[in-house]
Amino acid sequence: MIDKIRTADRRRVSLLTSVGDRFRALPKWQRGLALLALVAFLYYLPLLGIPGLTWLRTDSIAGGNNWAGVLFVCAIYVLVAIGLNVVVGLAGLLDLGYIGFFAIGAYSVALFGSVNSPVVKWIQREFDLPETWAVTWAICLFIAIVLTLISGVLLGWPTLRLRGDYLAIVTLGFGEIIRIVARNSNGLTNGPQGISAIPGPEGPPSAENQVFGLIDAKPWYWLAITAVLLMVFAVRRLEHSRVGRAWLAVREDEDAAAVMGVYPFKFKLWAFAIGAALGGLSGFLFASRNAFIDPTQFNVNLSILFVAMVVVGGSGNMVGVSLGAVLLAYLPERFREIADYRWLAFGLAMVLVMILRPQGLIPSRRRTRELKDRAAEAEEAPAHV
Amino acid sequence: MSDETTGTVAPKIPTQPGPRPVLLEVDDVTLRFGGVVALDKINFQIHEGEILGLIGPNGAGKTTSFNVMTGVYKPTSGAVRFRGERVTGRKPHQISRMGISRTFQNIRLFPEMTALENVIVGTDSRHKTSVPGALFRLYRVRPKPEELPQVTAESGIVRTWQQVRRACAKTFGLSRHILEERAAEAKALELLRFVGIADRANDAARNLPYGYQRRLEIARALATEPKLICLDEPAAGFNPAEKEELLTLIRKIRDKGLTVLLIEHDMRLVMGVTDRIVVLEFGRKIAEGAPAEVSRNPKVIAAYLGESADDAA
Repeated sequence: MIDKIRTADRRRVSLLTSVGDRFRALPKWQRGLALLALVAFLYYLPLLGIPGLTWLRTDSIAGGNNWAGVLFVCAIYVLVAIGLNVVVGLAGLLDLGYIGFFAIGAYSVALFGSVNSPVVKWIQREFDLPETWAVTWAICLFIAIVLTLISGVLLGWPTLRLRGDYLAIVTLGFGEIIRIVARNSNGLTNGPQGISAIPGPEGPPSAENQVFGLIDAKPWYWLAITAVLLMVFAVRRLEHSRVGRAWLAVREDEDAAAVMGVYPFKFKLWAFAIGAALGGLSGFLFASRNAFIDPTQFNVNLSILFVAMVVVGGSGNMVGVSLGAVLLAYLPERFREIADYRWLAFGLAMVLVMILRPQGLIPSRRRTRELKDRAAEAEEAPAHV
Repeated sequence: MSDETTGTVAPKIPTQPGPRPVLLEVDDVTLRFGGVVALDKINFQIHEGEILGLIGPNGAGKTTSFNVMTGVYKPTSGAVRFRGERVTGRKPHQISRMGISRTFQNIRLFPEMTALENVIVGTDSRHKTSVPGALFRLYRVRPKPEELPQVTAESGIVRTWQQVRRACAKTFGLSRHILEERAAEAKALELLRFVGIADRANDAARNLPYGYQRRLEIARALATEPKLICLDEPAAGFNPAEKEELLTLIRKIRDKGLTVLLIEHDMRLVMGVTDRIVVLEFGRKIAEGAPAEVSRNPKVIAAYLGESADDAA
């Protein structure tokens, strides 16, 4: 009876999961080829003009098409979703202040890379440097990741003793604190005026930049998608290791995990730091592309949107959360005409997902693939004591 | 499995604790929750290689003393020592690494993980790979010949590829992460066979039948390579046949060289398998000794059956 219900349930569960199952059943080399094709497609995507999909207007005057720009936003949101998925989906810690890490990543390239930032000006004065001097983009990347890692640890150290709702409230506060500090410290962040002239890979934004210019977003997208692919690879490695199992164990039953030799605090802190670093990387790319940031871009709405991406997509499943991120980033751009109602639409979508698919669009599947080849062996084993 | 244990009800190891070294020592442990005294100056010792039963009526403090031993609760006074080292004050994962493992009275598996993965989490407690190790895999170990990638293909590009992989593994070694993963999987499967549930290795723990879940808990506890395994009412909800199987399993565990601490309600089961018994009542130890002695002890009988007015003195 239960089995019957379950199969019916499974049939109702979408195409997407069955595609995943079929994919997992393929031989290894075919999976590799398929992945290669997918990666190639992702890189080709901005050049592709799919009618309907790419009808995106940037402004009503020029009526231009910003397909690559929208893809870039999708890519950095996917990065955010992957990072938040480590925290929420794998380690089971509800983090409502993820925007804080995003902001720290964005501000670290702004503060160290832009000639207009008070920090760079101060360094110029102290060390007698020319007025055009600023920290190189590549070093800013390093700074951004290190700073967000540290901030993740600093936030996690005192707060990870809290569980569930309490942690959510503390992190919510953290996100707001970062934004308010950025707005109020005029001497450090220029306050509400924001920071302009944030560099890209080719240096500060100017008309002479050949590749990473302000107009053409395609190179930016390629940069972002490269980051996404690298991070997917890295997080997958973690997921399928002792670390990933420890995260799951802590998520499922923290006390039992501790008794089985997992130190929950250590692994939760790692999850927090890794999630923070990914958020920081995403914020870093966002600031580089935008060339200008101010505190209003990091409000709490965005934090909720990030959690929504994870929940809608399917918490714990990287493909799922990526899909959630792409949907929540793309749809408002596609339907700009009714963009005023976007929060209403998100709310509605969340409610619908909660009712129809509480596990998310693509629910997290237990990863039994790596153990499949052992299944036969296990069945041969005598089943008695 | 074999007939070596089926007929023997009496334990074959002598019941006298005399020469055997003390593994765990519970020394004057008192635990208060506010005004409630959960444990009152409990003293007992567990000797290496024995099966010790911890019995008592409901609310006697059996599970509480378990929790003190495994670091879940900190005693108000007194100490627990494991092979001379203090357990008290250490965190649960440290205690697990010292060699104490346990199961839970109300089953606490990781429900979404497969049976195999549940056990692998246990084996992980002896592994070292952390985030950098899993990410970059730079810590290389020289593999033993049987751990090298095998060249299986007859010919062609696949064979060349396998040869290249084998040569690489020979020159650069394999990452500790990979070797640990493989060892963990093999060991977990072996443990699942040991407790007799290998046929459901790939099922999510929450989908397993009740008896399988109980045994999976034992397998997971064994995976942490303990010296002492504490079983908290492992036979709860079992029928007589299942209980008999469990007895056999417990003896098998002891024969592997482990020490077993058993909490149990079922007197017959406890009498049949244990070498010694400690009886608790209202947080106090009221008796200790061989099963036969304990079952004759009037205090124990009173505790279990209620006492008559003349015995009360």
